[in-house]
Formats: sequence, structure tokens, C-alpha cells
Amino acid sequence: MRANCWTGKRSVEVRDVPDPTILNRRDAIVKITSTAICGSDLHLYNGLIPTMREGDVLGHEFMGEVVETGPGVDNLSVGDRVVVPFPIACGVCGACERGLTSLCENSNPNAGIAEKMMGHSPAALFGYSHMLGGYPGGQAEYARVPFADFGALKVESELPDEKVLFLSDIFPTGYMGADMAEVGPGDVVAVWGAGPVGQFAIASCFLRGAERVIAIDRIDYRLRMAQETGAETLDYEQVSVPEALAEMTGGRGPDKCIDAVGMEAHHANGALHAYDRTKQAVGVETERPHVLREAIASCANGGIVSVIGVYGGLTDKFPMGSFMNRSLTMRAGQCHVHRYMPRLLDHVRNGDIDPSFVITHRLPLGQAPQGYRTFVEKADGCEKVVLTP
Amino acid sequence: MTTTARNGRSPAQRDGTDGLVHGLGVFSLALGTAQVAAPDAVARLAGVRGDRPAHRATTVAYGVRELVQGAGILGGRGKSTWVRTRIAGDVLDIATVLAGGARNGVSRTRLGLTLAALAGVTAADVAAARRLAREADDGGEGRAVAAITVNRSCAEVYRHWRNLENLPTFMAHLRSVRVDPAGRSHWEAVGPAGTTVRWDAEIVADREDEELSWRSVEGADVENSGSVRFRDAAGGRGTEIVVDLRYRPPGGRTGALVAKLLGEEPNQQLRDDLRRFKQVLEIGEVVRSEGSPTGQSTRQQIAQRPAQPVA
Repeated sequence: MRANCWTGKRSVEVRDVPDPTILNRRDAIVKITSTAICGSDLHLYNGLIPTMREGDVLGHEFMGEVVETGPGVDNLSVGDRVVVPFPIACGVCGACERGLTSLCENSNPNAGIAEKMMGHSPAALFGYSHMLGGYPGGQAEYARVPFADFGALKVESELPDEKVLFLSDIFPTGYMGADMAEVGPGDVVAVWGAGPVGQFAIASCFLRGAERVIAIDRIDYRLRMAQETGAETLDYEQVSVPEALAEMTGGRGPDKCIDAVGMEAHHANGALHAYDRTKQAVGVETERPHVLREAIASCANGGIVSVIGVYGGLTDKFPMGSFMNRSLTMRAGQCHVHRYMPRLLDHVRNGDIDPSFVITHRLPLGQAPQGYRTFVEKADGCEKVVLTP
Repeated sequence: MTTTARNGRSPAQRDGTDGLVHGLGVFSLALGTAQVAAPDAVARLAGVRGDRPAHRATTVAYGVRELVQGAGILGGRGKSTWVRTRIAGDVLDIATVLAGGARNGVSRTRLGLTLAALAGVTAADVAAARRLAREADDGGEGRAVAAITVNRSCAEVYRHWRNLENLPTFMAHLRSVRVDPAGRSHWEAVGPAGTTVRWDAEIVADREDEELSWRSVEGADVENSGSVRFRDAAGGRGTEIVVDLRYRPPGGRTGALVAKLLGEEPNQQLRDDLRRFKQVLEIGEVVRSEGSPTGQSTRQQIAQRPAQPVA
């Protein structure tokens, strides 16, 4: 089959690879109908996530049709249409029982590597480094889906791919950002990053009854998209974000702050950006934590900072004093997609949201390398790339 | 088992070594401080001329070296490595003094005294290094300890482990375990470089749902013993398992070192074994990925396949 493979820093290639086969009893093989490039794939593309190998099949946002099931799968049949959550989770360990499926204790056969880097291992993810499992991803014609009886969500055929594909990652991830921040009626929320995850975080805040949402980015078309969802916007290259947020909230700061950017943030101040960029380049820190610092500085006293942007390792100059003395709370995590999928599918069915609003580019799988380039350069108004095998 | 019994050295002997090593650490700090603060005076005392900038810089650099070594020795971990770097430093010092003395033509008496002092310090360093090496030598006994929580009852977890013939399904290095009617078990495992090692073992403690201990009997290729304890995890989260293995690898310390280089780090391997045990009990099989197609394995984690379907 054809699959989009990581071939080195800033390089992906569509190659011929073997077709997937059943390796475990609860596997299913899915023929992929739609797959997407995620912002977090760009961290892999930029070479910032360790333990990638040449030839790794990328992609963790995909859906398709079941073509084969292992002997342990009793709730799926050949022909079923499914959306697949990006974390791989067994459904029976302690973490899965508590709904923390991105922390599944059984899915990562390379937990030893992750343990060395992080202390304990989280769940494995599709197509996201060997430290996180060494599983091929879904930017391919077919994928093996482990624990398919627990993970794969069946969807009825009336809903087109584009409305349900993002249940695999970015919609639940954005929603979890709002959920961890306990966003509810009356809240003023600031969301850093108006990329696809930021857009879904904004939409989710409104779904949960937030009164005001303020989106922060520097790219015009992304801020315009956020405005269409109902957000107020700040261009961080034009204003000082903490000052502007204070002014917009009567000096209090936003009640809730969501970091939908992560480790590759930019800073309007060239010198400050260069400081972390240099440290990242020579490997003395893995992150550029501008957003984290700004979110902590801006958040209202007693507020919550919710982190859904991806971080990889170590951060410098973390403003612990502000965080501690002002009684802030921070929550973070890779999304526990399984927990959110059913309720978000209901929102889609009810017409509360049409997730396809973020799609700007539709390409055949064979043009995945071009899709990565366009997305990483934010060229041609690129917000979200969907690939069709 | 106490540490004294293990390598036959008394606490008094240990205290003697500690005192000597501590003294060397303090000596390094004192000399280093003097060299950095008053390089000229130290050089004069040592019988070499130290008034040129290059000489002074050398003395200061050596002082910094002494400070680092002193801090390393007193700092706690890796004492024996730091003491060994002191020996290298001693050799460098002697060479420098000899070279300096020959070039600058200074007092022969003073030079002689300095060299004698350096020789004395070197002897103390060598003695300390040897003592530390002896104490670290545990006769080649290896030990691995690991723990895991399994989302199953103590009774179920105990039962699965108690059937020793199940062990090879999750312990990577075991080929087979066979239990004879008399209760003695016959084990076959992968040894270093793919060899097969065999031993017979007997159960020495068996408390249902709580503990199981075993040890190899006379004639084992690898003398070993082990225990596994089971206890309820807090909050009804299943069973906590703690495994403690002790073994004398063939080839003693060298064998253990070679095994480590091959990726057989015993604690990590035992943790990986326990993760497989958890998978077998919770899911019913070992979880495989395309990067690690045979499942959790310490060696495979180092030598991954690409994350591509297995042909």
C-alpha cells in the first residue's frame, strides 16, 4: 500500500510499504477513507520529537471502513464505518477504567523508553515516535487499529467524512482544553493559537456556555476564522497580550487560559524569541514556552491554565512565583479522546457544530509532502489539510 | 541478608575507607583553594618558579581541578571514579613538577621534598581506590527489583504466578519451566550470547495470595533466587506486585557488564517482564506494535523496526 513516511527532519515521502496484518486478537484493519495532517505532526516534521526512525508511517487522524477483524473483536463487522481515536487504549487497565485513555497502561510496548524520558509512560499514539509505541499511523491506505473493539467509533453513513473525521483528535482535544479549564457560563476565556485545535477550543468554550472568548494569534486568516465562531481577537505582533487582556477584562485577566500552541511558539519580541529558539536549537531546552509564560502572567487570580499544545521535554524560565502566589491551577494532557467522542458526535448530529469549517486544503494522499510544506509555512491560507487515499 | 555478610567486610573496615576517602576530598579542596587564591606562593613552596603568567595560569588550572575532584569525592555518588581521577591528577602533577624543575633550575632539595610528598599522596590515592573497588565488589551477584500494579485480584494474580509454567509467557529470557510431581521445577533460559542455561529450583516460601519465594538448588548454571510479593493496591485498584531477583551471572562481573552492553539491563528487563505479565492478565496476550513486533522487550526497544506494517 501507499503510505506517507517520515524520512528525516523536514522531509516526508509517500512510499510503498507492506499492507498491515492482524498482530493481536483485538485488532481490526481499516481501509482509510479520510486522514488529516495535525499541527502536532509538524513537531515531528520539524524534528523536535525524539525517537523517530526513517520510514515511520505518520498520521493519527483517520477514519475508514473495517475490512478485517481479529478474533477478539465482537462489536465490529467488515463494512462498518469508523473514526479512530489517536491514543491507543486497551479499555481495561486502571487508567482506561478512569477514562484517562491517553494514559493507557498497556498499549505502549516501548514504555521503557518513555519511562526514561518522562518518569512514567503515557499511552501509545498512532504514528507518533517509537517512545510512544512505534505504531504506524493513518496517512496511508490501510491501518491496523489495536483494541478496535474499544477505540473505533462507529458512525452512520449519513454524516460525511469531513463532519466526523476530526472526532479522532482535534475536536476532542480542543474540547478537553475547555473541559480541563472548567469553562462554563459567565467565563471569559483566552485561547492562545488559532490553528485547528485552537479553533475547536474556541468553539467548545461556546458550546459549554462561555460568555466571551478571546483568540490570540498573529495570522490574519486564522483570527478571521476565530471571529466567525464568535471570538474577539488579539494579534500578538500588534499589542502586548497581557496588557490587552487586562484592559479587555477590567484589569482582572481572563478567568481561564488555554494554550493551544505548545513547544514551537513564536514571540513578537525578536530578542525573546531568539533566546528560546537558540536554546532549543542547541538542545538545552526542548520547548519555546512563550505561550505558557504569557498565559500564566495573564490569567486572573485563582484562574485555570489548560495546556493542550504539545510539549516534549524541558522548559526554562517557568514563572513559578506568579503561578504559586496567585493560586493558579494548571491542567494538561494528551486528549482522552475515547471519553469525549460520543458526546461530541451528538453535537455534530444535532447540528450544534459542523467541524468541517477548519478545512482549507483537500489533497490526494500522494501529495502529502506538499500538504506538509503548505501547512508548516502557513502558506495559501492553510488551516487544515485533509488527505484522501 | 546484610551487606557485611555479602562481601565479608566488617563495618570497621568500611569506616576506615570512608575516613581515608573523606580526607583525600578535604585535601583536594584545601590544596585547590590555595592554588587558586595564592598560585605564586604554592609554586614557590613546591620548588618551581611560578611568577610568569603561563606558570600562574597552570597552577590556577590545577587548583580548579583539585576543587572539582574534592567536591566530587565529598559529594557522595561515584566516589571511586573521582578517587581514580585523583590518581591521574597525581601523575600529571609529578610530570609538571619534574618538567618545571628541569627547566627553571630551582632548589634541588625543595624539588625532592615536593616529589616525595606527591609520591605519598599518590600512594594514598591508590590505596583508597583499591579499597573502594574491593568494597564495591559483591562477588558478581546481580539483583533486580521491580514493581507493577495489575487491575486484578490478589488471588487471580497469585494463581497465575504460582503456576510456574506460565512464567515464560511473560519473562523474556525464560524458554521453559517444567514442574515435576515432587514440586521441583526445571528451568531453561537464554544465557549470554544466545547460550542456554539450566537450573532446578525449589519453592522456599509460599503464602497464598501474598508471597512466593524460590531458589535454585545445587548444580545450577546460574545460581539464583527470587521472591514475589502480592498486596492489595489502595483504593481497590487491583494488586501491587513486587519482584526481587538475585543471581550470579555466568562470567561474574564481566558477564554482567557484557549483558548490560547487549541491552540486558536487569531492572529494565524485569520491568518489561512485569509489563508483559500485566498485559497477559488484563488483556490476555502480549501487546505488539510494528516497531516492537514481539512486544515489550528491553533489547527491541533499542533496536526498533520502523513503524511500518510487518511484511
